[in-house]
Amino acid sequence: MSNIPADLKYASTHEWVRDEGDGTFTIGITEHAQDLLGDMVFVELPEVGDKVSVGDDVAVAESVKAASDIYAPISGEVIAINEDLEDAPENVNNDPYGDGWLFRIKAEDSGELGNLLDADAYEASIDED
Amino acid sequence: MGSRTPLYDAHVEAGAKMVDFHGWDMPLNYGSQIEEHHAVRRSCGMFDVSHMTIVDVAGQQAQAFLRYLLVNDVAKLKTEGKAQYTSMLNEQGGVIDDLIVYHFSDTSYRLVVNSATRERDLGWIEKVAADFDVTINERDDMAMIAVQGPESEAKLKAVLSSEDFATIEGMKPFLGKQVGDLFIATTGYTGEKGYEIIVPADQVNDLWKQLLAADVAPCGLGARDTLRLEAGMNLYGQDMDESVTPLESNMGWSVAFEPTDRDFIGRQALEQQKQAGHHKLVGLVMEDKGVLRHGLKVIVDGGEGVITSGTFSPSLGFSIAMARVPANVGDTAQVEMRKKQVTVKVVKPAFVRNGQSVL
Repeated sequence: MSNIPADLKYASTHEWVRDEGDGTFTIGITEHAQDLLGDMVFVELPEVGDKVSVGDDVAVAESVKAASDIYAPISGEVIAINEDLEDAPENVNNDPYGDGWLFRIKAEDSGELGNLLDADAYEASIDED
Repeated sequence: MGSRTPLYDAHVEAGAKMVDFHGWDMPLNYGSQIEEHHAVRRSCGMFDVSHMTIVDVAGQQAQAFLRYLLVNDVAKLKTEGKAQYTSMLNEQGGVIDDLIVYHFSDTSYRLVVNSATRERDLGWIEKVAADFDVTINERDDMAMIAVQGPESEAKLKAVLSSEDFATIEGMKPFLGKQVGDLFIATTGYTGEKGYEIIVPADQVNDLWKQLLAADVAPCGLGARDTLRLEAGMNLYGQDMDESVTPLESNMGWSVAFEPTDRDFIGRQALEQQKQAGHHKLVGLVMEDKGVLRHGLKVIVDGGEGVITSGTFSPSLGFSIAMARVPANVGDTAQVEMRKKQVTVKVVKPAFVRNGQSVL
């Protein structure tokens, strides 16, 4: 069974969101998503300072198998990106909830978080696939 | 549920992700396919290739039959066990399949053909064989393991008896030898030194376990694809099929037009195409970020082409591809990628051999 931490929020498009408690949110892709994609070879990230809206395609995870768009799960400004992925895209496979994080957003409206799935709902959504 | 090789349970036990491959349940990877790829380039890996089809051809007219069926000339094979890369075509010159033929004697040969095309291949072979004094025997009692990589010979030394190992020690490439119950050939699909071992199905699990114990890494279809593409080797159904000829598929070198009095199926069509000109299969290299993929459009000086196989090359660290393009292609091409046009280099379709870049 896929690892789905209970303290995170999820988008149905397989991004996870961690509330850092200071109005910023860290985003990555789930273990289930990296498993579907296989070995990651390139990760294209947004730029720090980019303004993004919910549902924008803001990054690309490219694996040996396919290129997959990553969508912004909340609106706001990108305040950090995981530059280590440039040289170590495999971090997304090996540690999707840790060293494999993608970018951090300063939320415009943290109320948007309510539209995301909790761990149980995300698990139910991937069981339907 | 698809067909299963005798090693199916061993794959599942090793944690393989099983996928459908032309009706067979085969391992895609056992973990990281890039690590499996590196194991073959740097030490040794093994593949279950039991889904491939082994066909023995015997009889007074075995040589005459194969000289008519196949584009390469089996009469060139003089040494017992010598192998030859070849293909069989339809009358229009389209590739029915590519294969390896082993010569035991002028009355006894072995063919190893693809699994994807098994039924059609067997049907075609039987049909052409009807006019010759030959018997066709599909060896579905046999399984097959490919052991590939620079340390392959040392690994075989570890699992074979010293007597058996002595018979294949230092064996030159593209030879096969019967060693007890095993048929061991210095062939492969990775661009590395290595072996393809045909083994009775009821013994294959023991051999697999012995190789595992000798630290040979099990490798799946994912690594097999990146390895063969780096080596510039075609995949049937992707880089060629019945709609194209060997000349359009970088397989012209395996077509024996000499001697001119040997007729083979598709010869006339190939001779006409040679006169008229034709597309060719080239290699593409993209050092920018991104991965060239099957089906992408390629724009070259002479017109338009298409990527037949594309991947990320784990050995090189960037993307490589094979593409079928007009013959007067220049040194660069444009590929329509996701939301952008990218300039890529055009090279001969071979990228890595024996662990080293050949670009």
